[in-house]
Parts: sequence; structure tokens; C-alpha cells
Amino acid sequence: MRAAEDRLLLGCLRLAGAAAGSIVLLIVAYLLAEALPALQALGPLRWIRDASWHPAGGAGAGRFNLSPMLIGTAAAATGAVLLATPLSIASALFCRFYAPRRLGGGYRRLVQLLAGLPSVVFGFWGLVVLTPLIGRWQPPGQSLLAGILILTLMILPTISLLAESALAAVPRAYGQAAAAMGLTRWATIRQVMLPAAITGLSSAILLGAARAIGETMAVLMVTGNVVRTPASLLDPVRTLTANIALELGYALELHRSALFVSGLLLMGMVALLVGISEALRPEERHG
Amino acid sequence: MDRRPWPDGLAAALAWGVAMGITAVFGLVLADLLRHGLPEISLGFLLEAPREAGRAGGIGPVIVSTLLILAVCLLTSLPIALATAVLLAEFSHGRSGFARLIRASLDGLAGVPSIVFGLFGNALFSLALGLGFSILSGGLTLACMVLPILIRSAEQALREVPSDYRRAAAALGISQAASLRQVLLPCAAPGLAIGVVLGIGRALAETAALLFTSGYVDRLPGSLLDSGRALSVHIYDLAMNVPGGEARAYATAVVLVVLLLVANALTLGIAELWRLDGGTSR
Amino acid sequence: MSLPLRPQPCLEVRQLSVSYDRRCVIDAVSTVMHRSRITAIVGPSGCGKSTFLSCLNRLSDLTPGCRLSGSIRLDGDDILSARTDLIRLRRRVGAIAQRPNPFPLSIRRNITMPLEHHGLRHRDRREAVLERVLRRVGLWREVRGRLDQPALALSGGQQQRLCLARALALEPEVLLLDEPCSALDPVASGVVEDLIASLRGATTQVIVTHNLAQARRLADDLIVFWTDEGRGTIVEQGPADAVFTSPQSAITAAYLSGSRG
Repeated sequence: MRAAEDRLLLGCLRLAGAAAGSIVLLIVAYLLAEALPALQALGPLRWIRDASWHPAGGAGAGRFNLSPMLIGTAAAATGAVLLATPLSIASALFCRFYAPRRLGGGYRRLVQLLAGLPSVVFGFWGLVVLTPLIGRWQPPGQSLLAGILILTLMILPTISLLAESALAAVPRAYGQAAAAMGLTRWATIRQVMLPAAITGLSSAILLGAARAIGETMAVLMVTGNVVRTPASLLDPVRTLTANIALELGYALELHRSALFVSGLLLMGMVALLVGISEALRPEERHG
Repeated sequence: MDRRPWPDGLAAALAWGVAMGITAVFGLVLADLLRHGLPEISLGFLLEAPREAGRAGGIGPVIVSTLLILAVCLLTSLPIALATAVLLAEFSHGRSGFARLIRASLDGLAGVPSIVFGLFGNALFSLALGLGFSILSGGLTLACMVLPILIRSAEQALREVPSDYRRAAAALGISQAASLRQVLLPCAAPGLAIGVVLGIGRALAETAALLFTSGYVDRLPGSLLDSGRALSVHIYDLAMNVPGGEARAYATAVVLVVLLLVANALTLGIAELWRLDGGTSR
Repeated sequence: MSLPLRPQPCLEVRQLSVSYDRRCVIDAVSTVMHRSRITAIVGPSGCGKSTFLSCLNRLSDLTPGCRLSGSIRLDGDDILSARTDLIRLRRRVGAIAQRPNPFPLSIRRNITMPLEHHGLRHRDRREAVLERVLRRVGLWREVRGRLDQPALALSGGQQQRLCLARALALEPEVLLLDEPCSALDPVASGVVEDLIASLRGATTQVIVTHNLAQARRLADDLIVFWTDEGRGTIVEQGPADAVFTSPQSAITAAYLSGSRG
């Protein structure tokens, strides 16, 4: 039997724990509740079959095709992941295997710092520096390409830090054994370390992808936000997240509800990626 | 010719090159911010109210709103986070179904995109609870967002307290509540502080979740039920909606980044002190 | 030795079994520990001695997945019952760990904090207890000038004596000692051992030790644990003199003579 004081404390803690644990359910519940009118009025197919995205005007006059935004999100995130993956793995390898000890520590701190920089700052820099640069080459500059580059900068530190901890989880003895067999450093990394850390690395990349899909401000500020399926890297594009940020302020009724549908969609995609990523990650030890 | 060394050298050169490149790009970003932003910053800029939609004047009310949003966020999230962390670290041995459920749910929460927090905060706090676009709505939305970070770091801090202290306290017939109060929480304090600073960093950096919860109004808020504009939202608005707002956006970005750097340095400082201390000799 | 002629039972253990995650580590042991005497528990490592000791104040509850069955009676009350007030039990049954474990507080707070928690409200009375127990363990003269300094700055031997003082401050009826000298240097070890000997007659003590010579010096009664495929059992018990001079089982004889274990 616990002390009375402890039973009281445990009661309070359980209450707080239940509150913290229920927030995610609350989020899903509110998204669903707000999305329900649009889902009921429009059915499952109009989101990809409608002629365009002109959501004002109710179920009759409104057009609710989300596919340009879906494609925009997919294109921006895919591009960013493709670019960021080799760079972040190289960055993690540098930190773990190539950098002298002190430099590696300093570099890691820099990357940690970058991972915490606000997306709005990246977006702003992209808007005032990067897009004019692209624009000088191919106007207007606010484009899928700008979005991909800024997103790459944003997810690179995240993937790099996670990849490095995945590499750190590989037992040191593996590397020593390989070195003892006379393998060069690169051969050791390629033949032993990378294969041993492959699940952790995949988990890191998936988490980076989730971050890229969910990112709002950085893409919102550099991609031009035209609702159109992009034909090239230099076309402007609007992502799902940017769409919500741009329209929620004035959206009414079915339009508002449709934005919650896209929020639900986002949450679903991100949850899927995070879920797979968690499943891949080696079990953390508790206690 | 021995062909083995050259891929080895190439790999090393690539790794160095990428690291230098990343450092250079981010150095460029920061240098650009400082070069354009610093000349704009003065005491007046930090204290005055914005004029002409932010093109002139300062960011005084924006800083006040940011701090108020942060205060609401921390005051609500910290007690819940600490209690949940204590529950997970001290009362459940990581085994009970309830603890596992909470952990899974927090992992889910940590993955929610910030714009979805914005949707949720708008629907629940602004509309359903009738708080409107207000500092309270924004702060509460951010509180939900930083909970997973706070809980994870607090749980970690508690787990790093040697279990000897728990056994010693139990063997003396000291209740868990008292041993937490007298021994475990003071021991974990530096780790708890690091978590708080991380949470502050995340909250300061957030924009998307605030757009539709705390809103855009750049006047000095009269109460927590007034709308207030956060620094990050100010940058966004100046950059996107105010022609000629660029210079002030630069300056605001510098203020925000400096705040984050300070938070970061605090984290490192605390961690360093703790390491030197061995986490024990208090 | 000034012992009562007929030893009175203090702790009676019946058919105690312990398992970790369903793996049995102690298999149905029964024994009695007598009031005001020193009972030493010896045996090879991994035979469940320390686990056994941790059952006597239910500190075993802190180990996840640990299950107990059987009964342990302290003055007739079964302490394994779900209704046992653990706070009261652990106040009556104090414990000293193998590694000294003072709290990361001042020397003074290490002793006064538990007292305060157990309801000693008067500051003056806490201070009186502080001085009395520190004198009792021979620390008073060493630390009187620096009571407000961190306890962790003390040497290992001093820390262990502080832990002993902290336990004695609560005036326990039983004191459990889990290899209290094994982490200390020989001199500090001797000081702590003398302290334990000096508490004979005042407190019921149960000490787990690896050190047969120490058991021989200290013990009034002896319990010999042995392990049978990972399951701890008691192979022999009785007055220490009798067990040491004429052990009944061959295993005990071999262990006590140093040829096994």
C-alpha cells in the first residue's frame, strides 16, 4: 500500500498524463468534426475530379480539386528529400568519421542550431535572396525549385542529426574489426557502417520527409502559390500547407471545411511516415 | 598502381566538401540577415510601436505579444509536462499499458505539422471555446505543440538521476512524493531547464500555428484576450504583405534569431555546467 | 555476550519464493531471525542473498517484474500483505546499501530530512537527534564544523557511516545491511564493522556478507544460501558457532572451509 500522499500524487499525475495523451485525439476529433460537412457534401471523388480549386460558392458552384496542391506538396517534398538525403548523410559521416574530434563537436552544434532556426527566417531569406537569383535566370523566380531548395536547407539538419545518431548506434567493434582486416576508411563505412545503420538512416530520411510535407512558412514564402499543376521546376506551385495558411483567414462554410479536409490529409500522410519511421527505429531502452 | 586509396580520398574530400558547403550556406544566410538587419536595430526599434503597417516605427508591442504568448504557453504546458514526465519516469517502469498509450500518443503529437496545430487551435480555442484571435488562443495552441518536447526531455532528466537515491529514500520510508520534492527533482533540475529552453526555442520559432490563433494585430495587447502579433508572424507579414517592409523584416528576423541563439547558448551552458558537476555534487 | 537466554523470533520467513519476470530466483525458503541478534547471510554470489534481504523491507517492490509469494512475519504481522503500510514498515526496518548512498544534500539535511518527513516537527529535537546519531557512528567530531556541506564530499567510509546514522535516526527495530563494507577500504571497513558489532543487543541486524571472516566475527546466527540452477535456497542455518564448527551438509562444510563457492 502506498502512502496516502503518494496515492493523491499518482491520481494527479494520471490526470495530467491523460490530458497530455488525449491532445492528439482531440486534434483528430476536431479535424474530423470540421472536415465532416465537406466530406459529406462532396463525397470522395470531387477532390480529384473537379475542374479546379474555386472553393467559394458551396457544393454546387464551388470547385474542390485538391490535386494541384497534392502534387505540389509531393513534388516539393520529394525534391527536397532527394537533395537533402545524400548531403545529410555526407554531413553525418563527416561529423562521425572524418572531422577531428573538436571540429566535429563544433560542427554538430552548428547543425543543432540550424535545426532550430525558424522556418519563417528561411522563408524570408528565400524570398529576398534566393527567388530573385532564380528570377534573374527564369522569371518570376518564385517556383517549385525555390521551394525544393529552401525545404532542403530546412530538413538537412534534421536528417543529418538523426543519421548521425543512427551511425553512433553501430557498435564500435564493427568498425574496429573492419579496420583490422585492412579495409580503408571509406570501405569500412560503405561495407560495414552504412549497412549496419540502414534502418536508422531510413528512419531519419522518413522523418525528414514528414517534416518536408508538414512545413508551411518556408514554402509559402518562396513558391509563388499559384494553384496549378507544375510542368517544370521553374513553375510556381502551391502546397497543401500553404493553401491552408493562405485561405483559412477568409474561408467560410464548405470552403473552411474543405481546408480541414486537406489538414486531415496532411496529418494522415505525416502520421504514416512518422509511424513507419518509428517502427524502423531501434528500440530505445527505458530505465 | 594501387587503386584502393583514391575512392577513399574522394569520399573524404566529399564529406569535407559537403560539411564546408553546409557551413558556408548557413553562414551566408546569417551574414545576410545581420548585414541588412543590424543597421535597422536601435533601442527605438525595440521599444516603439510599428507605424505604416510596420514599414516604420519599431516592434515594441510585437515583442510584448511574443513574450505574453510564450508565458501562456509555458504556464500551461510546464505543469502538465512535468507531471506526465514524473508519471512516465517514476511511476510506471515503462511497462504499464497506460504509460505505453501516453507515449505512443505523444509520439503522434510530436509529428503533427504546425499548420495542423493552427487548424486545431483555430477550431478549438478561437471558435469552440470562444477565445477568438487572442494571445490566449495562440499560447494554448503552442502549449499543445511543445508538450512532447518538454515531456521527453523532463523524462530523460529524471531517468538520469541515479536510482540509488530512489532506493535510499524508499528504504527510509520516505514517500515518493517527498523524495521527488526533496531529492529527485532538484537533482534533475539542470536537465529540466534544458528541456524548458528547448521548448522556448520551438515556441519562438513557430509561425504557422499562430497565424489563425493569436492573429495579426500589431497593437500593444490590453489583455490576454486581445490579438497579438508574434515576432515570427511579423516577419511573415512584412515580407509578404507589406511592400517596402523588407528592411524591418530583416531587423525583426535578427532579433528573433538572437533570441534563439541566446536560448541555445543557455542550453549549452546548462549542459556544460551539469557535465562539469557530474550531475551529483550539489 | 549479553544475549537473552532464549532468543525471541523477530522476523519469520515461511516458504518465501521470489521471481523476476517469472524466472524463479529464490525457491521456497523458510527461516527465522531473532530479536537483538546479528544474523549473517552468506553464500556464493548470485544465490539470492541480496534479493532475500530486499524482501524484508519490501524494497523488492521497486524492481519491475519482481513477484513474491509465501509470508514474512514481523512481530506476527505479514509484511507481504497488500495492506501493509510500506512507509511504516520501512521505518521499522531500516536498510544500508552496499554502495554508500547519501542524498545529494548537505550532511545535516541527509539526517533531518527523513526525520521531518516522519513527523518530527521541532527543529531543536531534530538537531538533537542529528548530534546523537552522528556521535553514535563516530562522525560528530569529523563533521560538526561542516554540517551544511554536501554529503557527497565525504569519503566513502564517512558516507557509509552517515547512511548508518541516517537509518539509526529513525530508531528502526531491524537493520538490514547488504554487504555494507564491501565498497570500503580496510580501515573504513573495520570502523563500520565495529559499529555493527556495537549495535548488538540494541537492534535486530541482518547482514549479507561475502566475507566469511567477517561473518565469523559478527554473527550470532548464520544462514547459508546456495544456488541450485539459478534458484536460491537455504542449505543450512543455526547458531553461528554450531554452523561454523560442525556444519550438517557437505556443501556448507566445503563452502565454509573455502574449497567451494
